Amino acid sequence: MIESERKIIITMAETKKEKKPKGTIVITAERCKGCSFCVEFCPTDALELSKQYNKKGYHPPILISEELCNGCNICGLMCPDFAIYGFMFNKKGAKAA
Amino acid sequence: MPEELYEIETEVPGNTVEEFLRMERMPHIWCPGCGIGTSVNCFAHALETSGLDLQKVSVVSGIGCTGRVAGYVNLDSFHTTHGRAIPFATGLKLANPNLKVVVYSGDGDLTAIGGNHFIHACRRNLDMTVILINNFTYGMTGGQVAPTTPLTATATTTPYGNFEQSFNLPYLAESCGAVYVARWTTYHVRHLTKAIKEALAKKGFSFIEVLSPCPTLYSRRNKIGDGLDQMIYYQESSEIKHGADTKTVGLDFQGKIVVGKFVDIERPTYLDAMNDYYSKRLGDKFVHYNG
Repeated sequence: MIESERKIIITMAETKKEKKPKGTIVITAERCKGCSFCVEFCPTDALELSKQYNKKGYHPPILISEELCNGCNICGLMCPDFAIYGFMFNKKGAKAA
Repeated sequence: MPEELYEIETEVPGNTVEEFLRMERMPHIWCPGCGIGTSVNCFAHALETSGLDLQKVSVVSGIGCTGRVAGYVNLDSFHTTHGRAIPFATGLKLANPNLKVVVYSGDGDLTAIGGNHFIHACRRNLDMTVILINNFTYGMTGGQVAPTTPLTATATTTPYGNFEQSFNLPYLAESCGAVYVARWTTYHVRHLTKAIKEALAKKGFSFIEVLSPCPTLYSRRNKIGDGLDQMIYYQESSEIKHGADTKTVGLDFQGKIVVGKFVDIERPTYLDAMNDYYSKRLGDKFVHYNG
């Protein structure tokens, strides 16, 4: 997801209704230096380093699964390069389709 | 149970720290795995929640890796000569007491080259917040031994290990008279954010030591892994002890780290003490100084 997109639609396969995702992350892959602080210290282990490279040759993080992320923004606080941040879904804004 | 497709449509808020940073200068110069960026991130979050008027906050940095912070924060900021961040901040504060002055610099800059200024700023209780990033070495100049390098650690100038006793910075700050002393690591991001917020609100000399990994020089020379390994070491070896006696919080090479808020007292600041004393001594002849 690129940062300039201000509206996103998350589509996922849900098996359990109660496991709705509470939040998500936004990654600016080009700023990442691959230190993997976010991957190591994510409280729900929702991140991993992707196999792809960014322009500088580092592996930026990606979400393993949308439903694991709770939008706590620990990754956003940890990131030394301001390349990732998390946010929680606004309860009113989020709607199930 | 059959799988259902599930859709959530939501507005994406921007990254809230970006308004406190000069994003046109990113990516910054700090190495992959360096913790200075993390501490700046916490500082930006603390500023965001502190509700301070950003027109009245200024950041002063010295020279070194951490000295670069002044160039990346979107505030009035000054990149001063080596070790002289505190004298510059003193002048700034005394000329304009309404400013909130933050000194953001490294261990070499503040406690070696600027060590004298540091102890006298503590003694006078100048109203400023000092955030000291301690990476145990001189990063920018090539990993020389610093006054904070722990015993037996290797540096480029001590290839057989360091034999000098290192500084216990919280003890130094407390004994010289700082009113707020805390130590956190870059692993304790939530605690650090809260501590910076408290220090910004505190009147007087508030001091926060932030332990930060230096993967390129300190960790590599000592063969203790990269930035992530240092962060895991901080996670496993640190113990939170609020109000601990600062005499006991010295650091050993890869030993236990005591973190927490050690000192939080009240004492008249430099300007308050001056105004009080001269008002009593000179009476009506003295004009109360407030900028």
